[in-house]
Amino acid sequence: MFELLGVPPQALFGQLLLGLINGSFYAILSLGLAVIFGLLNIINFTHGAQYMMGAFVAWMCLNYLGINYWAALLLAPIAVGITGVVIERFLLKRIAHVDHLYGLLLTFGLALIIQGLFRNNYGSSGLPYSIPAELRGGYNLGFMFLPTYRGWVVIASLVVCLATWFIIEKTKLGSYLRAATENPTLTQAFGINVPLLVTLTYGFGVALAAFAGVLAAPIYSVNPNMGADLIIVVFAVVVIGGMGSIMGAIVTGFSLGLVEGLTKVFYPEASATVIFIIMAIVLLVKPAGLFGRAA
Amino acid sequence: MADIASTDAPAAALAIGEVDDSTARLHRNLMIGIAAALVIAPFVAYPVFVMKVLCFALFALAFNLLLGYGGLLSFGHAAYFGMASYVSAYTAKHWGLTPELAILAGTGIAALLGLAFGALAIRRQGIYFAMITLALAQMAFFFSLQTPRFTGGEDGIQAVPRGKLLGLFSLADDRALYWLVAAVFMGGLLLIYRVIHSPFGQVCKAIRDNEPRAISLGYRSSQYKLAVFVLSAGIAGLAGATKAIVFQLASLTDVHWSMSGEVVLMTLVGGLGTVFGPIVGAIVIVSMQNFLATLGAWVTVVQGVVFVICVLLFREGIVGMIAKWIKKPL
Repeated sequence: MFELLGVPPQALFGQLLLGLINGSFYAILSLGLAVIFGLLNIINFTHGAQYMMGAFVAWMCLNYLGINYWAALLLAPIAVGITGVVIERFLLKRIAHVDHLYGLLLTFGLALIIQGLFRNNYGSSGLPYSIPAELRGGYNLGFMFLPTYRGWVVIASLVVCLATWFIIEKTKLGSYLRAATENPTLTQAFGINVPLLVTLTYGFGVALAAFAGVLAAPIYSVNPNMGADLIIVVFAVVVIGGMGSIMGAIVTGFSLGLVEGLTKVFYPEASATVIFIIMAIVLLVKPAGLFGRAA
Repeated sequence: MADIASTDAPAAALAIGEVDDSTARLHRNLMIGIAAALVIAPFVAYPVFVMKVLCFALFALAFNLLLGYGGLLSFGHAAYFGMASYVSAYTAKHWGLTPELAILAGTGIAALLGLAFGALAIRRQGIYFAMITLALAQMAFFFSLQTPRFTGGEDGIQAVPRGKLLGLFSLADDRALYWLVAAVFMGGLLLIYRVIHSPFGQVCKAIRDNEPRAISLGYRSSQYKLAVFVLSAGIAGLAGATKAIVFQLASLTDVHWSMSGEVVLMTLVGGLGTVFGPIVGAIVIVSMQNFLATLGAWVTVVQGVVFVICVLLFREGIVGMIAKWIKKPL
């Protein structure tokens, strides 16, 4: 049996795959944050809770309504996205004119409410959600065993991330969005309904988080705290990548997942903190982030 | 550049200007009132509860010093509070330090940690600053979780001896300990008040309100920001270290990010950028937690609702509203 850098390849590639999967979640979540931040100038602290809601809606769909995974993959983001639209219309809109830090505080309060409500109803222990039949099993690639579902998560999130990038950077709707980010007043003067755009953007960003939640449901147990700690790591990812670019969010998300996986192989003690350490180093060298523009 | 405490809380805008004579007199009278309340409190209320309120009030005062007067929203103040409580609990239990030395050790560590984290965080502003402080604090949390030999892991450090003050007076009795905690609190409050109204504090406010202008006037803004950050972290540590001695316990709760959220909530309820607001906020939130303790997880929901209401309808906070009403900075 050959070894790579003193580590058996099964373990190495296994951890890399795990890292890639975590990276997929970092990428979708930081992308959602970036999209929301671009137009609303709000760091959506509720993002973790909305990711958790996505997983729960999928679980509810299956257990209460008998709706399967594939339908939930579409329905859950829509349902959670609608709650996002409501939040934007009734709450975030009211504080759009004051300091952006209040947006952070408001969404933090919302996250507490949502997490508390789910904890009251479902406890903290977590609910199982089984992998859909079509994606069970796996492939033996020779150097490692690839569970089908995990491969699917990586591909699905890549596709969603790239589709989002395409919409924002290459389509007409995306150009309106970017214009509204640059100068909302002027964009409005050109007859574009900026408030509607803002509402839909928030809904879309939230839907992205919920989509990640549905993807996560069969891997991690569905529980009310699943988003709470993840979101802070995603914040670090956002700081490292810089908020300026959509591509930055995607690339940093995936690569930091990989870095985390590698750390787990070579120095497991640091795996929980490696992203924060990288954040510290990036801040020292390039305060605007790897892909960000200087403020 | 507009920051949170100055643009939005009208009360804070009042606090910027020179303190006139009548205001100074009002503040002095309030200080005397607080001191009197501290003397009476242990005889009318359960001393341990009052000590808990005082520790959190000092923590909130420290946080508000940074946000209200430095314009910096740190979302990771639990790191300084929690790490200080670990250090003070550890040194008191395993090294047998007297309580005052243990508290000093905790405060010192918190200030050092504040220096390291602050130096990194002040490189960015606004929302980024909040996210960075939060992420760095999460690092402190993972450190605490993964070093059970120092922190006791999930169990925390329990049965911390209260010891003898200066090696002479036993603090085992709640009343005896209360006077120490009251003195620490009053000292912290007076220190913060003095800092806010010193030339240093004025420069901090100038930087908060318009950093480019302050820089063009020749002030090195990052040094001022770092200094106020370290001071705030140190006082937050003082509060955490004292709490560890009071409850004879240091645990992961104190260093978890939800604690950072709680201190933000206390300050918001009391009034951002007001001198006395955080004290009122701490009283409200700690009492609320005590009364609602039987509700279990609903406490989080209630706290979240209070958060949302404060941000939407009540940005001045309780003291901020009173200040607006009597047209004097508080």
